[in-house]
Amino acid sequence: MKSRLIDVAGRHQIRVYEGGRGPQLLFMHGAGGLLANDPFLARLEQKYSVTAPLLPGYEDSDSTEPLRTMLDFTLFGLDVWEALKLKDPILVGHSMGGMIAAEMAAVSNTTVEQLALICPAGLWLDDDQIPDLFSKLPFELPPLLFHEPEKYGALLSAGGDFNDPEFLTDFLVGNARRMGTAGKILFPIPDRGLAERLYRIRARTQIIWGESDRLIPPSYAAHFVSGIAGAKLTMIGEAAHMVPYEQTDAVLAAIATLHN
Amino acid sequence: MKFTWFNLMPWPHLPDDFREKHRSVWVDIPSSLYDPVKGHELYNIYLDELEYAEQLGYDGIGVNEHHANAYGMMPSPNIMAAALARRTSKAALVVLGNSIALYNPPIRVAEEFAMLDVISGGRLLAGFPVGTSMDTNYVYGDIPALTRERYAEAHELIMRAWREPEPFAFNGRYTKLRYANCWPKPIQSPPPIFIPGGGSLETYDFCLDFDYVYCYLSFGGYKRAKQLMDGYWQRVKDRGKDLSPYRAGFAQTIVVAESDAEAERDYREHIDYFYNRCLHVYPGFADAPGYRTIKTLKANVTSQMTQQALGDVSNMSWDQLVHDGYVIAGSPDTVAKQMKELITGLRVGNIFCLIHVGNMPKDKCMRSSKLFAEEVMPQLRDMWPEYSNDDRFWVHPLGTHANRPAAQAVGAG
Repeated sequence: MKSRLIDVAGRHQIRVYEGGRGPQLLFMHGAGGLLANDPFLARLEQKYSVTAPLLPGYEDSDSTEPLRTMLDFTLFGLDVWEALKLKDPILVGHSMGGMIAAEMAAVSNTTVEQLALICPAGLWLDDDQIPDLFSKLPFELPPLLFHEPEKYGALLSAGGDFNDPEFLTDFLVGNARRMGTAGKILFPIPDRGLAERLYRIRARTQIIWGESDRLIPPSYAAHFVSGIAGAKLTMIGEAAHMVPYEQTDAVLAAIATLHN
Repeated sequence: MKFTWFNLMPWPHLPDDFREKHRSVWVDIPSSLYDPVKGHELYNIYLDELEYAEQLGYDGIGVNEHHANAYGMMPSPNIMAAALARRTSKAALVVLGNSIALYNPPIRVAEEFAMLDVISGGRLLAGFPVGTSMDTNYVYGDIPALTRERYAEAHELIMRAWREPEPFAFNGRYTKLRYANCWPKPIQSPPPIFIPGGGSLETYDFCLDFDYVYCYLSFGGYKRAKQLMDGYWQRVKDRGKDLSPYRAGFAQTIVVAESDAEAERDYREHIDYFYNRCLHVYPGFADAPGYRTIKTLKANVTSQMTQQALGDVSNMSWDQLVHDGYVIAGSPDTVAKQMKELITGLRVGNIFCLIHVGNMPKDKCMRSSKLFAEEVMPQLRDMWPEYSNDDRFWVHPLGTHANRPAAQAVGAG
């Protein structure tokens, strides 16, 4: 997929991946960012005209004025939409990106009309707590994220070698930039008040969840469904938090219900 | 030379199988391991030891701040310093320090430090750490990538609060005060300020911008600190500042006995307890992503708490710990010789003496402290004769010196 650097509101210089033909779709990535040659985006672009911006701190995206608060992240998403002159795109967000997409739909509730939230962050249940992503060591992540960690875990390191000091420094720097950004809305508890704003969402909404998600447990899905008027739920088996990569067809089918 | 007798106040009752049963001494250690009745006895022993250090002639007595940490029982060092302020009369009260980003509003630090300085007659030495990632981010919930911005703002507020003669409005990003008004004011204007750093390049510059003392508080010992301190001094030169050794401080674990053999016999188990049990920190808590700046990460400076930086102390013998300088141990002459290497090698005028170690009982601690004070310190006192009149970086109690003019001393704060 092709990418380019764009200016957003004179405050951010970010990389945006674009490709495909069909209905417009704006994709907000999760805390880990996009994967190398992101396989989910590759499938999306077969059906949609895809726009996937990278938040400041991801790859070479950067800011002159840093994002600090949830409102900053929300307005960033809406500013990207405006900068690229998108017209009624389907707004899709995964994990942290789902949290941002939900906030965009709540704040700008007359412009966001179609919304797909894939195991979104943003809520907190005392009785079913989300593990502390920020204290996990790299080897602890695959079992948390994948239904079949052995099969997909290597996607995360893109084949790098942690014993190579140069790779390790690059990884630590990249991880600090990505998770440093993510921490502004996810640390120490990924709740910035979204529960109190869900009522504002007017978009046609699909909530999509992997049944064996161990990062954000599926119990959270019911709270999104009850909080957003008319929201529909698609639970997907044999998939965990990385459901877009583990059960891509099922996720595409759920998104398609928004416009078919 | 200035010697501060420092007590981390460790919990000495961690079970023998602590490492096997628990992943970390810090952040998520179960508080069921804490016994308040034993804690009562311990606080009083530790305060006795600090008071005794003043009697022995140490220049300062030191306390610090940690949270949810079994090797540090002082979430509030100011409470300890207040107890010491009333029971001592000469030693500097070295509070190293208050993690200023964590006080809400941070003017609380200006107030409490002013109280300590006034109660003690101008003996406060104020430390402003950013705080470790364990304390600041994991235990106190501060957002890692915003910690330094919050710290910088807190520093600005505190220094202004000490400096300004009238109430002022402070419109910060994190703190908004319509009436910022520090009452009381400190006797010293301001107290000397020490900044603990762990190799962040920004911290070198911060110290030099304001003429604060850069302190490397490592448990890794002086031999492993050389590279980091050389980096600091290079920066001092590059910035065109004078090279007074009193611009820098270093913490060192030290145990002294009549002979080298006696030191090993008497202190070995306590050194083992500290290095092998108290430093058992889960690596996932060492550095929350975003806590260190990208500039520092790119310079390949790892956290002092990572296994890589510490070495694998868990399997180290007494011989290795002593040979590699993690611990300076032995007879007074053996200790003095290595202390000279430390002081000249790192070019430091301030030593934070970690003489109470791990689960060391009071009698051994007092004996080691006494031997260091009476037989080692005299050999080291005048190691920087050309800077003997440099009193810019130490306390100025009532009746000893005129206080420095406030505005110039505080700088642009």
